[in-house]
Amino acid sequence: MLNWLRRPKYGAVERRDIPPGVWAKCPKCGATVYHRDLVRNLKVCPTCGFHHRLTAEERLAVTVDEGTFEEHDAGVVSGDPLRFEGYADKLREAREKTGAADAVITGLGAVEGSRVALAALDFAFMGGSMGSVVGEKIARIAERAVEHRLPLVVFSASGGARMQEGALSLMQLAKTSAAIARLHEARLPYLSVMCDPTTGGVTASFAFQGDVILAEPGAMIGFAGRRVIEQTIRRKLPDHFQTAEFCLEHGLIDMVVPRPAMRATLGRLLRFFGAPRLPAREAVAAPAGEAPADGGA
Amino acid sequence: MSAILPERDRAAEARAQELEARLAELSREIAGLRRRGEKEQLDVGRLIGDLEARADELRRELLDLRPAWQAVALARHPQRPKAQEIVAALIEEFTELHGDRLFRDDPALLAGVGWFDGRPVVAIAPRKGRDTRENLAFNFGMPYPEGYRKALRAMKLAEKFGYPVLSVVDTPAAYPGDAAEERGQAEAIARNILEMTRLRTPIAVVITGEGGSGGALAVAVGDAVLMLEHAIYTVIPPEGCAAILWRDAGRSREAAAALRLTASDLVALGVVDEIIPEPPGGAHLDPAAAIAAVGEVLRRHLRAAAGVPVETLLQRRYAKYRAMGYHEERA
Ligand SMILES: [Zn+2]
Repeated sequence: MLNWLRRPKYGAVERRDIPPGVWAKCPKCGATVYHRDLVRNLKVCPTCGFHHRLTAEERLAVTVDEGTFEEHDAGVVSGDPLRFEGYADKLREAREKTGAADAVITGLGAVEGSRVALAALDFAFMGGSMGSVVGEKIARIAERAVEHRLPLVVFSASGGARMQEGALSLMQLAKTSAAIARLHEARLPYLSVMCDPTTGGVTASFAFQGDVILAEPGAMIGFAGRRVIEQTIRRKLPDHFQTAEFCLEHGLIDMVVPRPAMRATLGRLLRFFGAPRLPAREAVAAPAGEAPADGGA
Repeated sequence: MSAILPERDRAAEARAQELEARLAELSREIAGLRRRGEKEQLDVGRLIGDLEARADELRRELLDLRPAWQAVALARHPQRPKAQEIVAALIEEFTELHGDRLFRDDPALLAGVGWFDGRPVVAIAPRKGRDTRENLAFNFGMPYPEGYRKALRAMKLAEKFGYPVLSVVDTPAAYPGDAAEERGQAEAIARNILEMTRLRTPIAVVITGEGGSGGALAVAVGDAVLMLEHAIYTVIPPEGCAAILWRDAGRSREAAAALRLTASDLVALGVVDEIIPEPPGGAHLDPAAAIAAVGEVLRRHLRAAAGVPVETLLQRRYAKYRAMGYHEERA
């Protein structure tokens, strides 16, 4: 039970156990489900298929082959370069609330036996906003991918640039793009996965620079915020505007992949692009949370 | 890596708020006098004149206390020299190029070729209009994706021939409209930024008015990033920042200060390489002198870049952007 949440070897913090019998309510269809069952179902609503958001830690746990993840740059943390009012407090609160150091986890691992460099953004940490730390860690993991000749997989979930770092956060768009450019020049594959939501500065940099761009169903993806657009055009936008499906229809992304199929899809693409393989004896089992044999999914 | 900036002068903001309260009081007094004058048929003209003079004084003092907000006002000044005027004045035999070859020609982004300092250059510039008619035509300087794609096409042309790119930036933002989103505003910006980090020819950028977030950065990655003295460059407009952080757009002035969006702040942060001084009171008071100053600094930077091997240029550009930001390292 909750195995895949507790098991990650890289995490600084263990998830608090949620007692059995706790119900979760689906924000989309309103159905109630045992929290435990929701977790077993990769946090996808069993009734309507709504994809609940995952933290960075959860994302890696459901994606990376068990026991293969090695976190890098965990000690890179935010300062307050602008001495922006309230930022230091917000950072402290976010650290306490999430147990994470900042809005991204990066490292090396394997997905379905393919060795990869990985990054997962965490919307729970200040809206996944990209300040200097997110920019620095994305740039470093892209450089590390070049150094080790590994493909890069990035899971984005972000409201955009972190305004408390002013123009320095804007410059992270250039910094990450420069590092991704080097990855492309090294002819290494880069798979970008957009999760709910991926907006603003992250879309205007690394999230839209993938060789292949995938998205989770229903993920909100766009540059400008919905409210700003409605104020600008003085019209209401249709419900499906800026969804992953909308982006697919408009040719902006390659595919919408439901969470239970994400790992296999990434694995297939990584094999196609010639990702280096783990030695056979090390090619270990899928994450324990994924469709266990007893039918938990 | 960038340094931590010194603490802001918060006492100045407190004084400014005091002045604002006094200004509000004054304007109530003036309105009251006016009503009384009309009602009682009194000649209050001189009294009102004195109070208005006093209010003007307070307003000037207020602006001095808020350099960031003053820069916001000057950067958005309707008479500020426009990008197309700067291009026209500095580039000889300027020939405009149109269209992204994919969807349409976006008038909000000017692109073209011409001669600068005796050398062929490619110029790109989001442009605002001089009047309402032009502003409508140029979408208030807010490009669509096709504008950024036209700019990239022009930059690729520059790369092909090894001509320097000269980017003049004055834009409040990338256009936040539904059609822009449908056509991939984010993708267009992301592509430009990436391509500019590795474009195999010198890029000189000058921010002349508003450097509005990603919409500006999409044409503002360069070997030299210069900024007019009273221009601003920011990740979010102060109004938007105040609305999001404090749910109060009225606190824009505070947000402007907090965002550190002035040229001198940005030089301190390592985001901008050099400030181009403006004529006293701002570029709008003497556009010709402001444009000449821009030309002089650009000439110096492009001459310096001319002899540099392209690989060296790219390594320096990478190192410069790679070092931007501030973080701490824990064991
Ligand atoms: Zn549901």
